[in-house]
Amino acid sequence: MRKLFFIVSFALFITACAGGGKTDSDNAADKSAVEGSPATDTKAYDPDRGEGKFTDVKIDNKLDAAMALKGEKIADLKCTSCHKLTDEKLVGPGWAGVTKRHKPEWIMNFITNTDVMIDKDPKAQAMLEICMVRMPNQSLSDTDARELLEFLRKNDGVK
Amino acid sequence: MMKKSLFFFCSSAAFLMLMNLSGCKPKNAGDATGADAAAKVYVAPGKYDELYNFVSGGFSGQVSVYGIPSGRLLRVIPVFSADPEKGWGYSEETKPMLNTSHGELPWGDQHHLDLSQTKGEIDGRWLFANENNTPRIARIDLKTFRTAEIIEIPNSAGNHSSPFITENTEYVVAGTRFSVPMDYENGDVPISSYKKNFKGTLTFVSVAPKDGEMKIAFQMLLPGMNFDLSHSGKGPSADWFFFSCYNSEQAHTLLEVNASKRDKDYILAVNWKKAAEYVKQGRGKKVKANYAHNTYNESTHGATSKIETETTLLDIRDFPDLVYMIPCPKSPHGCDVDPSGEYIVGSGKLAALIPVFSFSKIQNAIAKKLYDGNYGGIPVLKYEAALYGEVKKPGLGPLHTEFDGKGNAYTTFFISSEIVKWNLKELKILDRQPTYYSPGHLSIPGGDTRKPYGKYLIAYNKITKDRFLPTGPELAQSAQLFDISGEKMKLLLDYPTIGEPHYAQMIPAELIAKNSQKIFRLEENKHPYVTMGEKNSRVVREGNKIHVYMTAMRSHFSPDNIEGIKVGDEVYFHVTNLEQDWDVPHGFGVKGAKNAELLVMPGETATLKWVPEKAGIFPIYCTDFCSALHQEMQGYVRVSVKGSKVPISFSLGKNSDAADEVLKK
Repeated sequence: MRKLFFIVSFALFITACAGGGKTDSDNAADKSAVEGSPATDTKAYDPDRGEGKFTDVKIDNKLDAAMALKGEKIADLKCTSCHKLTDEKLVGPGWAGVTKRHKPEWIMNFITNTDVMIDKDPKAQAMLEICMVRMPNQSLSDTDARELLEFLRKNDGVK
Repeated sequence: MMKKSLFFFCSSAAFLMLMNLSGCKPKNAGDATGADAAAKVYVAPGKYDELYNFVSGGFSGQVSVYGIPSGRLLRVIPVFSADPEKGWGYSEETKPMLNTSHGELPWGDQHHLDLSQTKGEIDGRWLFANENNTPRIARIDLKTFRTAEIIEIPNSAGNHSSPFITENTEYVVAGTRFSVPMDYENGDVPISSYKKNFKGTLTFVSVAPKDGEMKIAFQMLLPGMNFDLSHSGKGPSADWFFFSCYNSEQAHTLLEVNASKRDKDYILAVNWKKAAEYVKQGRGKKVKANYAHNTYNESTHGATSKIETETTLLDIRDFPDLVYMIPCPKSPHGCDVDPSGEYIVGSGKLAALIPVFSFSKIQNAIAKKLYDGNYGGIPVLKYEAALYGEVKKPGLGPLHTEFDGKGNAYTTFFISSEIVKWNLKELKILDRQPTYYSPGHLSIPGGDTRKPYGKYLIAYNKITKDRFLPTGPELAQSAQLFDISGEKMKLLLDYPTIGEPHYAQMIPAELIAKNSQKIFRLEENKHPYVTMGEKNSRVVREGNKIHVYMTAMRSHFSPDNIEGIKVGDEVYFHVTNLEQDWDVPHGFGVKGAKNAELLVMPGETATLKWVPEKAGIFPIYCTDFCSALHQEMQGYVRVSVKGSKVPISFSLGKNSDAADEVLKK
């Protein structure tokens, strides 16, 4: 029964995503919603940094506790419905160890440029095949993303 | 609307059509459409339309939004009728929007629309909509495409000549179609006492420049008759408002015949600027009233309904310099002012000519008192003294005129079923094209403003007949899109509409698209029952009231298992959508709920009230497909009998031990 569910869900997923209908959140008046296929653009893609506005994020060895606290509040409001702080998967993967698996730039780009990254990033795509739900863009500002990163660092034991 | 009243003229009309207007019913559409019509209306997948087209929904009570030139339906905005699809009028937050002095009403009759203007040009902020049956005006916010405010009009019945605005949106007007005894008087009078006891009012509702809030500024008290349509002056005539009226015979029965006796009815020229000054000087009379004023607050995600108790009246008999009547042939409908503000086009719906009045001549006639008696104390100007000229033999039954900004006017003809293009200055007919069939209003982008974008014209037809595949006795009313960029009008497209499209407005897409709101920010959510993050989701009992603070996120509710509810409890599901992504609403349905679903926008909180009547297990689920695991977005509510000892409990993600054991295997 569960297997059948999996197959049905997967089929629905494929159907829902075909054509990238709901993925482009910044469609200008004269611009096509389906502009080129994502596959052709992967050559220039940097899998370590991801794609987005963050190219060089400066982080200190020490934790900024105040910033991490702000990040925790954002997480409680917008993220922890789907992410646990442990390594256990809920809707999305558990957060434990995420700052060791990914560079700060990758994490902040993924948070703020989610749809593009899911379409292009090999690691994000691999995770999608496990979780089967596209991570939603939760409209975090650049500052929000940085604060959340600090909270993730705290969660990974940075002091 | 006017179908019945025209029956009287049908036989003579049919005869005339046979005599001189043989071109008005081509055998097929090929006669009218060019070979390039398809390319002109084709909007490739993923591309956007050039224009937004807001169309009144008539007896559906709603407003629909189309993309032009494709004719694709983009949205139906619930306004005056409850809409279970969107929870409008069913959620606790939106119920007050449909409140009136008669209580909560599930239905309205939405006739006309007007987009807000600044300096006589469309500014893309708000759309105003009237309700004919229980007189109301709504303001729709074009950032969210939602009804933001509804105000009821007292001392009125049949709010037809509405919601037209002045050129800086200072006022939106409402004129009575059915004259009635005033609310502050005893209305229990013989109908035959119409002449003595029935009055008409013209209401001016002020619109706050910044947030658009509406307020009834003053009402003008006039003799009983039927006000039909209206338009504000522009530029030189901006201080004046023009209203068409019929039934100057003051008939109260068989109006079809009895209100069509006179050769001429009237267009009223109203100096609203002066009226506003009189009111400011305190010269209006305060009277008791009882009307609802409903506002929706985007920050608390809820509406409030306030009952107002007073209005200010200006009895026109006490102010002889505010209103003048201009004779206009045969029950005028349209009352349309050209972009320059000089020409006022009257459209007598039983007439076979179009009179064009001149604002400067009207001013001259008023100054020189070129009167032809009075009507109930209101001076009547001499027809010739106000007239610029007549368009001769344009067709039968002119209804409504708009302008292309290049010196041309376009008028619909209901009886002869056509649109006629004519030159304003020379009053010369330039082109005529048939419509299928019997158009009421037409719409040109900005065609009733100082700055028309004269590329397209849409005719809204009252009768469809053989134009679409048959769908039983009733067919959707049709819209027909014409290209008017050339000398001759070219038919491009037919498409069906919602309800009855009376009036419409069009606007280049960029004026609105750039401001369109994508989400409600969670941080700004001030709903009294918001759940700020899943951690705060909970169930609280207060006596027999149960408040469920619930969150929704792709793809689960929290909590999704609830127990301890008893038969007869009032359960309030306050669902907060934690999504912050465009176009990801979550729906919420409960088995057996007697209202409707909720449709909760990203960052919004909405409340469904549910009073369970029997014990058992009631599933809840998301009704709007949200992700691959949407089918999993569900939960259970246990309802116990009255007096049960089951305590309130709620959870998310905890299976029973037995279920966990199955999973392990």
